[in-house]
Amino acid sequence: MKYVDEFREPEKAQALLREISKLCQQLKKPIKIMEVCGGHTHSIFKYGIEEVLPDVIELIHGPGCPVCVMPKGRLDDAIAISQNANVIFATFGDAMRVPGSKASLLQVRAKGADIRMVYSPLDSLQIARENPDKEVVFFALGFETTVPSTALTILQADAEKINNFSMFCNHVLVIPALQALLDNPDLQLDGFVGPGHVSMVIGTDPYEFISQQYHKPIVVSGFEPIDIFQSIWMLLQQLVENRCEVENQYNRLVEKTGNHQAIAAINKVFAIRENFDWRGLGDIPDSGLKIRPEYAQFDAEQKFTVPNLKVADHKACQCGEILKGVLKPWQCKVFGTACTPESPIGSCMVSSEGACAAYYKYSRLSKASVLQK
Amino acid sequence: MCLGIPGKIIEIINAQQKLAIVDIGGVKRQINIACIVNEQHPAESCVGDWVLVHVGFAMNRINEQEALETLKILEEIVNIT
Ligand code: SF4
Repeated sequence: MKYVDEFREPEKAQALLREISKLCQQLKKPIKIMEVCGGHTHSIFKYGIEEVLPDVIELIHGPGCPVCVMPKGRLDDAIAISQNANVIFATFGDAMRVPGSKASLLQVRAKGADIRMVYSPLDSLQIARENPDKEVVFFALGFETTVPSTALTILQADAEKINNFSMFCNHVLVIPALQALLDNPDLQLDGFVGPGHVSMVIGTDPYEFISQQYHKPIVVSGFEPIDIFQSIWMLLQQLVENRCEVENQYNRLVEKTGNHQAIAAINKVFAIRENFDWRGLGDIPDSGLKIRPEYAQFDAEQKFTVPNLKVADHKACQCGEILKGVLKPWQCKVFGTACTPESPIGSCMVSSEGACAAYYKYSRLSKASVLQK
Repeated sequence: MCLGIPGKIIEIINAQQKLAIVDIGGVKRQINIACIVNEQHPAESCVGDWVLVHVGFAMNRINEQEALETLKILEEIVNIT
């Protein structure tokens, strides 16, 4: 496949690893690098990248999995919408198992709610066209990567005047989350591997504050193993040379100012939500999106009454500390025992992009238990 | 969730609605190309373009020149080490 196989070749990985090791010898202390995006977390585990890096590099798996940061209260709201007699609730598969305070979408579907998994928001619009006597609600979630697709779907619904269609909007934004992490004194990071596909939409300019105000380097990275190795190599060069810049490893897809059509569609349909409660991280100002009043007819929060309650996370769950990179998954008491991908207690165990599920799936228990001793 | 997969646009099925058929590793799918169409790149001109597909949308064109440059840097590292 185009520019996939080329970024999986072992010789390149080995050469980069040798360069990485050389640079590591010039470091004055061990370093912590956060990969922000859950897609990177997944690749890092899938390809065993962490395993082969020199020990002085610690990878912290950040909050970039939109499923993992979805608070229970919002899940409860989604479930409440799906309980309306006339509603077909459509969602990406990733959200099906996320535990709400009482149940997940999967569990309420088993009890008879009409919940359908779709691949694209456009598929949910098609369901609305085919079921004019039903209300179709799409569970819009994801970071900036996914926002253009939901914005364009709403614009399409508007153009066709499809009035039995709406979205329950839970889009979240990467930049405010990064700001919150950088302001957290618990978190001493030396640099970031920046999200590739979010940046394809927003560009690399929005990260400038990280280098200018917080004096940390960030390298926007692709998702293949070579991409990640190369990004870590670029980060190390910056650290060794005492630089902190925004660099772009993924320039085959990411431009400095992003994708202008995609940004225009986002701005047309969505406005900043003053506050969004992130699971584990709490309220982060200006970190979510809501549907603009001009498109209120497509806003499920206007069409339906939702409980809109805040629900505390499970007592045992350490997702918040995991998302901040303060704790490792195996340090959670219920990891792998009461909490597994089959019956997750916390959302980091739901998606393969969540740190807990990634550790569990790629059997990091052995390494975890060694480290614990 | 933010994952994407490269595909090649092989046919425009509705230029006005910006719908195209893309070939993703041999599998053909309908996608929306609104994010990659503009005055310099009208829908009709997109056939043959490699794009990154995410949830049924082409999110960006893959920049061949940049990809080759990155690969060149990598080749150089392979050769010197
Ligand atoms: S193991 Fe489960 S309960 Fe513990 S932090 Fe991870 S997701 Fe939360």
